[in-house]
Amino acid sequence: MPNTIIKVQSVSKSYWRDSIEVPVLNDISLDVQNGEFIGLMGPSGSGKTTLLNLIAGIDRPSKGNIIVDGTDIAGLNESTLAKWRSQHIGFVFQFYNLIPVLTAFENVELPLLLTALSKAERKKHVELVLNVVGLGDRMYHYPKQLSGGQEQRVAIARAIVTDPTLLVADEPTGDLDKHSAEEILLLLDRLNKEFKKTIVMVTHDPRAAERAHIVRHLDKGELT
Amino acid sequence: MRILKLVFKNSLRHKLRTSLTILGLSIAVMAFGVLRTVVEMWYAGVDASAINRLITRQAVSFIFPLPYSYREQITKIPGAENITYANWFGGTYIDKNKFFARMAVDPETFFDVYPEFLLDSKEFETFKKERNSCVVGAEIAKQYGFKIGDIVPLEGDIYPGKWEFVVRGIYKPREQSTDATQMLFHWSAVDERMKIEMPTRAGEVGWYIVKIKDTQQAGIISEQIDALFKNSPNATKTETERAFTQSFISGLNSLLTAINFVSFVIIGIIMLVLGYTMIMSARERIREYAVLKTLGFSAGHLVGLILGESLLIAALGACAGILLTYPVVATIAALVPKGFIPFFYITPTTLILATTAALCVGLAASIFPIQRALATKIVDGLRHIG
Repeated sequence: MPNTIIKVQSVSKSYWRDSIEVPVLNDISLDVQNGEFIGLMGPSGSGKTTLLNLIAGIDRPSKGNIIVDGTDIAGLNESTLAKWRSQHIGFVFQFYNLIPVLTAFENVELPLLLTALSKAERKKHVELVLNVVGLGDRMYHYPKQLSGGQEQRVAIARAIVTDPTLLVADEPTGDLDKHSAEEILLLLDRLNKEFKKTIVMVTHDPRAAERAHIVRHLDKGELT
Repeated sequence: MRILKLVFKNSLRHKLRTSLTILGLSIAVMAFGVLRTVVEMWYAGVDASAINRLITRQAVSFIFPLPYSYREQITKIPGAENITYANWFGGTYIDKNKFFARMAVDPETFFDVYPEFLLDSKEFETFKKERNSCVVGAEIAKQYGFKIGDIVPLEGDIYPGKWEFVVRGIYKPREQSTDATQMLFHWSAVDERMKIEMPTRAGEVGWYIVKIKDTQQAGIISEQIDALFKNSPNATKTETERAFTQSFISGLNSLLTAINFVSFVIIGIIMLVLGYTMIMSARERIREYAVLKTLGFSAGHLVGLILGESLLIAALGACAGILLTYPVVATIAALVPKGFIPFFYITPTTLILATTAALCVGLAASIFPIQRALATKIVDGLRHIG
């Protein structure tokens, strides 16, 4: 197993607002080792979410390469990138982003619909991860029937159900109270330590950052 | 859980909006179905017309009669297998609203030329024997409760006076498109009374119907018949029954074109209704589509989700609309006198057209939302507040 799982090489990213180019990331390089829990911190607009999106393959760099688990994802076309994401990335959003018309079970099952697993196998996987996140008894509840912390745990279960190479979390505690935030951080910590998941987490919260092995700071598009 | 389940759950997300859309679609499909039925029923008479029958009428106008004596000469034309004749009697049964075709015919030959009018052999024999008898179509027998032995009184207008005919037979239609709304009685009975009361109108025939052996010869035979009477005071015009029926309804062409136009305008309206619903739904779900893309769902999956939802709503609207069309058409058929539109039923073509139109609307309504969902970048979608 290669030790470096993420290699961000001289990556720059700019957005265009009308005809004005807005630079967000400027010649960033970063290596993440397998099994690491890295925190990205920085003020609003520093480019941390953009960097996370680039690593997760949901955005493309303007310049540079991003190699995740040996694949240069900047060079993949849309459909290949979509398939790659389904196999390698587990994404945890700040606002959970569960599908409101689906139960916790069905939300977690969503990524598995893209695999060749049978219905019984999918059920087994979903039940397993929902038990891991401590929601074995809330499987058939809809998102509106769950608390914020529980919703985020369902989102984490959805992120890990395919056993991805990398777990990326964008402000996973940003919308939660202190107690729920602590539960989520414990869960991420457990996933890293017990299940050896590599985690890249963007956060504003210093207490959240304490859970990470390494904390990198971004400011005005540059790593400090 | 499959994608189909998500399609189904998505369509029920806003139950009121979806229900109202389906209701709107069903009313539109019903209106489309009813209007198409009206148009089709007008043309059904043309379609049901036989191509092996020729109609010989007065060249100037259908309302002018022809001499009875023409019959003998037309019979001699080679290729004319059988000939019969009829007069439009008109008249009133009870009141003007109880309208159905009343015709004086030749009982001996009429049913040979019109084999699609099925009459029991005993009833036929009685009808032939009794000069004051009549035969009625099963549809009007049902509508007015005519039974064998009943006397049908008529107040004459074209043939003035009071007339009474005894029902001696009820003919059944051989096909669904066969007109079973006519009342037929002896031409000779009418003619004899004319000889006494209005001698100048005796011996007149409304039109001749010539059954031919070879339909390929229709043109030649028509020319031969018309040539016989070319220089007489009553020149004739002969054409196939289909051409005759077509010309008969040609005066309504503008109306039928307008009805056709309106029926397709309705399709446009339902497209707007469904299109609006789909655009609203897709707009609210931009963020969810971005999440699905993040999870690895492809463009094809999103197309399936949006198109599936649009088609599901359209299909439900079409089903409800078609189910609604049947009682509405049945009500119209019951209210409109049988004589105006002899048969009024929903044809398979109308059902196919209504369903296809609704599904095309479902397809068209999903194009813009699909285009928008696919064009939105994941990062923009995740920022979207729906």
